Amino acid sequence: MSNENSSSSGALAEVKAKLAETLGGVTLAWSAFREQDRVDFPASELLRCLNAFKAAGFDQLTDLTAVDLLEFPKATDRFELVYVLLNVESGQRLIARTYLNEPDLTVPSATSVWSGADWLEREVYDMYGIVFEGHPNFKRLLLPQEFQSFPLRKDYPIKGRGERHNFPVITRAES
Amino acid sequence: MATQINKQLGDNVFLTTLDAAASWGRANSLWPMPFATACCGIELMSTAASKHDLSRFGSEVMRFSPRQCDLMIVAGRVVMKMLPVLQRIWLQMPEPKWCISMGACACTGGVFDTYAVVQGVDRFIPVDVYVPGCPPRPEQLIRSILDLQEKIQKGGTVNAREFKLRILPEGPNRFDEDELIRIRERNGFKLDDPKYDPVH
Amino acid sequence: MPLELLESSDLDASKREGLWTLNFGPQHPATHTTLRLVLQLDGEMVIDAEPDIGFLHSGFEKLGEVLDFNQYVTIVDRMNYISPMANEIAWHHAVEKLLGIELTPRCKYIRTIFAELMRLHDHLLCLGTCVLDLGGATAFMYAFNEREYIYEICERASGQRFHTSYTRVGGLLYDVTDDWVEMVRAFIRKFPKAYRDFEGLVMKNRIFVERTRDVGVLSREEAIAGGATGPVARASGVARDLRRDEPYLAYEDFDFDICASQGGDCYARFQVRMMEMLESVKIIQQAIENLPAGPIFASGTGKETIPDKREVYRSIEGLIHHFESVMPNRQMQAPLDSVYAATESPNGELGYYIVGDGSFRAYRARTRPPSLLHFSLFSKMIRGCMLSDVVAVLGSINIIAAELDR
Ligand code: SF4
Repeated sequence: MSNENSSSSGALAEVKAKLAETLGGVTLAWSAFREQDRVDFPASELLRCLNAFKAAGFDQLTDLTAVDLLEFPKATDRFELVYVLLNVESGQRLIARTYLNEPDLTVPSATSVWSGADWLEREVYDMYGIVFEGHPNFKRLLLPQEFQSFPLRKDYPIKGRGERHNFPVITRAES
Repeated sequence: MATQINKQLGDNVFLTTLDAAASWGRANSLWPMPFATACCGIELMSTAASKHDLSRFGSEVMRFSPRQCDLMIVAGRVVMKMLPVLQRIWLQMPEPKWCISMGACACTGGVFDTYAVVQGVDRFIPVDVYVPGCPPRPEQLIRSILDLQEKIQKGGTVNAREFKLRILPEGPNRFDEDELIRIRERNGFKLDDPKYDPVH
Repeated sequence: MPLELLESSDLDASKREGLWTLNFGPQHPATHTTLRLVLQLDGEMVIDAEPDIGFLHSGFEKLGEVLDFNQYVTIVDRMNYISPMANEIAWHHAVEKLLGIELTPRCKYIRTIFAELMRLHDHLLCLGTCVLDLGGATAFMYAFNEREYIYEICERASGQRFHTSYTRVGGLLYDVTDDWVEMVRAFIRKFPKAYRDFEGLVMKNRIFVERTRDVGVLSREEAIAGGATGPVARASGVARDLRRDEPYLAYEDFDFDICASQGGDCYARFQVRMMEMLESVKIIQQAIENLPAGPIFASGTGKETIPDKREVYRSIEGLIHHFESVMPNRQMQAPLDSVYAATESPNGELGYYIVGDGSFRAYRARTRPPSLLHFSLFSKMIRGCMLSDVVAVLGSINIIAAELDR
């Protein structure tokens, strides 16, 4: 992706140096877009990387989400997992991304790193079917537990498969 | 003789039917059960608040227990997970009872034609008055309550016989796209087939 | 077995006997809309609470993938029914960041005024309904009285009193008129008096104070680790406000303070909300007096502007322009990239993560809802409180179910 508008300030250089120290041997791909710094890291080292990010000062997980890249132009992977991180003191942000492919949709849970990851991970599972191992209370968050599909995947139709009308009808005479 | 009685009783006696008297009582003491799920619920609150003041029309006694209410106002969209709750609350309300479906979402699903939202609560419970709008203005809701009062006054019977006649859920019969999907599925049509478009 | 006095500060549910379970919601007046809590109680003390959400999940994010950037604004409105325009501003802020559009000063100022009006809108309802749940109906009436004025201001500008759908990519639906400016001025003039009445009814009300002080305490560390933002975090001592830390719109031009508190309890959260209302009034005052003249649409490539209706009907250029704005191959095109942009909504950090795929539509429109993270902290806050404190804590974190469930 594009490399314009890099905001290679002093703070970022510091973070990079710290990460290089703790994450020797892991390839991190840095990029920037509209003054936002991003780093792509390999999914195989997920928990190690997240711990290193936290140690580098990012003490809040602002957001955790996923993107289904099924119809994205020229995409090579199926899912993108996005961690939006924040350093509360300095206000520095970092977007950390990793890529997953079927059939291996299991990643370690980040609840031990940031407790706020709890519901965010359950929501990602609910919408995309990505499983977070080691989560203390892992089940669907928004949809009913007996729901079968993962609605934000691109191959799920927006109007659903008839689940929304699968209920008994109550008439005047019955009520 | 007759004039004598007239003189003594004056305007203190009038004749009516039991049905009409019962309906008059019901119409003017509606106790709404606000089933507020979304934005329309906030408009329902402002209808009850100082400026629009629903109590001018005798139906401000909002009770949150279904056992004490006779008018359910469904304000807001009802989704898959909520519909069983709605039906259960409806069944808990004592007869005679009425239902106002407030807002585009409760009537038809509104802008949310998605997998999770029920496309109109009238598919699953009976509805008496529909209020259009997204959200309806408070004035519209007040109008709908007046309309409902009129409806109760006109058709009510003292032992609620009129409800026995209405067996079907009310509202127009619509073509159900999801029914089509179910029929196709029954006939062995594969949903994962890339050529299969669930809508057309 | 000898009787032992249980250590009452030990809240581990597995060690206790005789607990009972209470189901709270999803249809309960204090939830305002739809939430469900499963409470574990020991007598009257709450040992544990498990929230169950999703009773209003309506597929917002899926809709964001089929509607274009201008159409989706009608949907984000409905995501937050207490301060709708705050969501519109946040959504288009993110879209404009993705497309690289710089707004005109007038548009920035008008959006800022509306963002702050929405903050008043939200805090009034949050406080009013919470006091209602705690047993005082009067403050609710006062709050709604003020809200009606804000509704009227919205209606004058956009034509709708509730779901305004007023912002557009790079601009606004209509420009505001002089009498709108007068309306805002009049509102600002009379609001401080209403504020004083309201403050007397709520913050100095002994019943209210005693029911909210030292209830539902959230520590600073928990707030940071759990992702709390906005008034909830500021009441726990995290003095972070995106209006100051990552200035957007016209906030750089104004003089205002960030309100924070150390308490971390319900009362502190209400206090922060009350103080923020005064700061909002200050911002609106400065903005309305210095409202710049000029166009409301960004110039950029010229595709941002929605043509004036008079032009559309009277000239062929206007008509072509009009049609181009709805033709997929002539609209603006988003880069093949993603962006995260956040604004300080009344409830906290409201962010959007948008992925562009080269069209005028989001490939993925993720909302980062403040309510979701705040509600996940609820079970931490409520542990050790009484059953009747549940409504106070729920009111103080101001959960908006549509934003929570999307
Ligand atoms: S009809 Fe409109 S205002 Fe009412 S619940 Fe639906 S979206 Fe909200």
